[in-house]
Amino acid sequence: MSNREWPLWEVFIRSKQGLNHKHVGSLRAPDATLALENARDVYTRRSEGISIWVVESNYVHASDPSDADSLFEPSDTKVYRHPTFYEVPDGIKHM
Amino acid sequence: MKNEDLYNYVLRLGDDSLILGQRLGEWCGHGPILEEDIAMTNISLDLIGQAMSLLDYAGVLDGQGKDHDALAFLRFENEYRNALLLEQPNGDFANTMMRQFLFDAFRKPLYEKLLESTDMQIAAIAEKSLKETRYHLKHTSEWVIRLGDGTDESHQRAQTALDLLWRYTDELFFQTEEDTTLISLGMVPSMSEIKAEWSKTVLSVLEEATLVIPTNNWQFEGGRRGMHSEHLGFLLADLQYMQRAYPNMKW
Amino acid sequence: MKTMDLQELEKRFQEKIDKEIKIEPNDWMPDEYRKTLIRQISQHAHSEIVGMLPEGNWITRAPNLRRKAVLLAKVQDEAGHGLYLYSSVETLGADREATIDDLHSGKAKYSSIFNYPAVTWADIGTIGWLVDGAAIMNQVALCRCSYGPYARGMVKICKEESFHQRQGFESLVTLCNGTPTQKAMAQDAMNRFWWPALMMFGPSDDESPNSAQSMKWKIKRFSNDELRQSFVDATVPQAEILGLTIPDPNLKWNEETGHYDFSPINWDEFWQVVNGNGPCNKERIEARTKAKEEGMWVREAAMAYAEKRALKKTA
Repeated sequence: MSNREWPLWEVFIRSKQGLNHKHVGSLRAPDATLALENARDVYTRRSEGISIWVVESNYVHASDPSDADSLFEPSDTKVYRHPTFYEVPDGIKHM
Repeated sequence: MKNEDLYNYVLRLGDDSLILGQRLGEWCGHGPILEEDIAMTNISLDLIGQAMSLLDYAGVLDGQGKDHDALAFLRFENEYRNALLLEQPNGDFANTMMRQFLFDAFRKPLYEKLLESTDMQIAAIAEKSLKETRYHLKHTSEWVIRLGDGTDESHQRAQTALDLLWRYTDELFFQTEEDTTLISLGMVPSMSEIKAEWSKTVLSVLEEATLVIPTNNWQFEGGRRGMHSEHLGFLLADLQYMQRAYPNMKW
Repeated sequence: MKTMDLQELEKRFQEKIDKEIKIEPNDWMPDEYRKTLIRQISQHAHSEIVGMLPEGNWITRAPNLRRKAVLLAKVQDEAGHGLYLYSSVETLGADREATIDDLHSGKAKYSSIFNYPAVTWADIGTIGWLVDGAAIMNQVALCRCSYGPYARGMVKICKEESFHQRQGFESLVTLCNGTPTQKAMAQDAMNRFWWPALMMFGPSDDESPNSAQSMKWKIKRFSNDELRQSFVDATVPQAEILGLTIPDPNLKWNEETGHYDFSPINWDEFWQVVNGNGPCNKERIEARTKAKEEGMWVREAAMAYAEKRALKKTA
């Protein structure tokens, strides 16, 4: 088992309570425990976070950019999903 | 001197942090992988920070207006009070991690007890340092286990490190006559309590790491009395170089 | 669905670039764009990592504990920046360790500046001020690079680096306001680092064959000479505040151009250093190769342990 390097992990950090974890980058680690510790040492040196997720990059599945048109454009025309689509009479409050 | 007994005690704490922080700093840029290079530097930074707080307080107890730099850079070799363990050369990564682990396993229960110190300044330093030390112990325990129970080569290296460093461990629990006074005043804990905690941690981690404690338990001591190994002189030659070569200048 | 021909793909790619739409890892990109980025980003990453060495030399000898902590934190940041950059390279399908092997074999380059020795404490301040100053000049421009992961990495790096230059300048202010010995130490460092710092921006525009394409792809936003001139213009007044003399008799303000004129750069020296003949090339690569080789058993041990654990779990 020579020349085998550590797998790649994606790192997600919650910067403060109430916010989502956000992808910040990647790193190499042999297992989840050290991936978390490495993420702490690499990505929170300036108090950037209060919680960390790590996911081995192999397990991330991504949509195909060449499908982007068919995946995401259809929703562009469905303007009725947005409140600004509807007109309400002047003077109506709290709506 | 305002409080010689406490001064001596705090000096030992400060010198431990200083000398080990200096040693770990040698790794910066040379670690076995980038992630671990960064991790070791974090530990070194924590230790240098602790040394600054502790030596500043030692300076206050000394009452001669010395700050952390005066104490860190301008003493002679036999005036340093760090344990011999901490001045030992880095050696390979297994040796560095083992040295750090044996120390962290001692420092953590010590800081936990110092939290309750009747001396407010010590309690405050312990509070900040304990958080750092808990992480150090976790990280070094993980590594000792991985090296011990990793490959044949890493096991051999970890065992060699343990065999080499074990003889410096008793000295961590050194206690003077004067310390007894401090203990009775509730300023510092008795080392026997700390040693019990240390043994528990060390035994359980070493067991998981499949490493064995050397059968020959012959122990060295001296650092706490200013009697150091040959290694300290070289370490100080680097540490003190600028202050000795360019005396009385501000940097 | 019809497959687009290469020309059409390239046309659409360039349109995106022209519209300032960032390119992301899974998007189609021309092979040459990918190759250029892999080369440039890994070179940048190597520079961060090799750059740890000259300053790292002074960690054990820093003159006081505050400076020691600052230097440790700074050199550590460089490791972090190297790591962020290797992360970006990996999004392009390159393998970090393989690019590192290219560095060690001499196939990949890194910034020539780190092949100069750091021989006095004043060099540490000077590296922070001039070398990081020059690097920041380059990196700020790269924050708008067309490749998303690189641009985002640069934003993070620039934020973190702003302390690097300041700590260097602060350290030099202390020396320049100190004893004559200290001031002389600072001037000596200035004399040695000024020209290598100017060389950091790379060959002049007419000698820089890849530049035009990189500008078109918006990997680069400014030419080497433009950035070099901005650096000189920004740095000369700072040197005056320090009371240090820039080692160039032809340096003077040009009212007409609104820039400082300066002497031609010694490109022979630049190319010698780039091609492995600088004062410390050999030592730098040796140190990095040694770290990787001596770390091999550590990385293997951790992998072996992880595999054993995984087996135990499934058993």
